[in-house]
Amino acid sequence: MRAFTRGLLGIAGFLVLWELLGRSPLLPADALPPPSVVFGELVTQLTSPEFISHVVATVLALLIAIVIAIAIAVPSGLVLGSIPAVRHATRAVIEFLRPIPSVALIPLALVMLGFGPETKITLAVYAALWPILFNTIYALDELDPLLVDTARVFGTGRLGVLFLVALPSALPFVLTGIRLAATTALIVMVSVELMAGSQIGLGYFIMEARSGPGRMDQVLVGTVVAGAIGVLLNNGLERVRRRWVAW
Amino acid sequence: MSNMLEVADLGHTYGDHEAIGGLTFTVRAGELVCVVGPSGCGKSTLLRTISGLVAPSRGDVSLNGSHLAVVFQDYSRSLFPWLSVQGNVEFPLRSLPRAERRARAAEALEWVGLSGAARKRPWQLSGGMQQRVAIARALAYRPALLLMDEPFASVDAQTRFELEDLLLRVRREHDTTVLVVTHDIDESVYLGDRILVLSGSPARLVADLEVPLPAERDQVTTRTDEGFVALRSKVARLLNVGKPALDVEKWAAAERESLSETVSS
Ligand SMILES: Nc1ncnc2c1ncn2[C@@H]1O[C@H](COP(=O)(O)OP(=O)(O)OP(=O)(O)O)[C@@H](O)[C@H]1O
Ligand SMILES: [Mg+2]
Repeated sequence: MRAFTRGLLGIAGFLVLWELLGRSPLLPADALPPPSVVFGELVTQLTSPEFISHVVATVLALLIAIVIAIAIAVPSGLVLGSIPAVRHATRAVIEFLRPIPSVALIPLALVMLGFGPETKITLAVYAALWPILFNTIYALDELDPLLVDTARVFGTGRLGVLFLVALPSALPFVLTGIRLAATTALIVMVSVELMAGSQIGLGYFIMEARSGPGRMDQVLVGTVVAGAIGVLLNNGLERVRRRWVAW
Repeated sequence: MSNMLEVADLGHTYGDHEAIGGLTFTVRAGELVCVVGPSGCGKSTLLRTISGLVAPSRGDVSLNGSHLAVVFQDYSRSLFPWLSVQGNVEFPLRSLPRAERRARAAEALEWVGLSGAARKRPWQLSGGMQQRVAIARALAYRPALLLMDEPFASVDAQTRFELEDLLLRVRREHDTTVLVVTHDIDESVYLGDRILVLSGSPARLVADLEVPLPAERDQVTTRTDEGFVALRSKVARLLNVGKPALDVEKWAAAERESLSETVSS
């Protein structure tokens, strides 16, 4: 409870600072609308079907990207983590691909995939793959050999060991990987919407609000909502982990 | 009596380290055989080769039955933390229909007195309870041969006595053949029908001793029995070949005294 109270105090302090900065003569007028204005605009926007459709578009694309990333990264991680030969063979390629920022791939993705939602989903998948892949491989390295021996003694074959022992024992690490991946995917998703591709989504809404009417209050509404999505995803996944993989 | 396990000239070498050097022995059906030997002499390796986890460098292991079960020394690490106690006990029974699986797990948990803990996770239990889960899991599998690697080494004395008696009871009731590795001489005499004494690295068979005690054992009376004390001294002497510093008889007498003190207090 104390931690919760402190958290609230921190947020209150942040809002006061923001309010003061927004109203101070140091910044150009309307460059940083204070929270009182932004939250008023937020309430208005939340009842606007157009804004809601932007939010839904981003969230939906994000969820699709996360699911695809899991579907690719977890099986790949299991293969790489349990067959050393494959891991050594792919190491160089992975070491090269991993540090490439997803945003640097936007032009390439636009040419290859066009301006539809495929582009932002693909790039978000690319960014989300790595934390899940590496956490899965790491989890297999940490697999207790005694659990494997136990399963083998009771007549469990290679596949059985993979699905009944390696996978469940990797689950906590995989879930942590997914939580990190979700945050990364959100950043990439909104960035791609901001910069190019896509005629819909939160990033697009922010861009339009700035370049069209120059409504900084709407820009900040978009920013606040993007942040809220990130917090919800993060806490939701953390809660799933605590509820279902509490060991 | 037929032989449940035949081990012939079994040897194992890790790299250039010879862990076991040509062991030959048999375990008869229904027997409880204890293996004692100095630390690091290759007892775990012996169990790993018998259970098929490690292919021996030479020699043969033949089991007169379809399957065996192992209770590892590090029991807490051998329980699956994501499964309930019941799930753990059912793990070896996956090929059976659900109802039968349930019934056998419930039965095995009752044998070890853990019916109430079926829904708990292993890590919510005490060390002694976790060890009983591992034993229940092995028993539910109804193995032709039950292998145990220092099964009671890391529980407190009280729990250890309880688990020893539990093992004697279930194996009598279910006619299980058991091979127990232990570093505790008293335990080997208390539990065993026979004791295999191994030498230091590489492990060789020093003695194969019958235990001249009645099948019914009791933590107090058995441990003060003449036959018990004599055999314990004999095993101790065999394990201390070349180390005359320890006066075994004196040590045994002191032990007897301290035990009767514990009992009377
Ligand atoms: N996987 C392995 N690779 C190489 N050497 C090993 C391996 N496992 C065991 N050894 C060595 O083989 C010898 C016998 O080991 P083992 O674990 O079988 O002995 P132990 O009698 O069970 O010992 P303890 O009483 O400590 O349980 C030891 O010297 C050990 O260092
Ligand atoms: Mg050992």
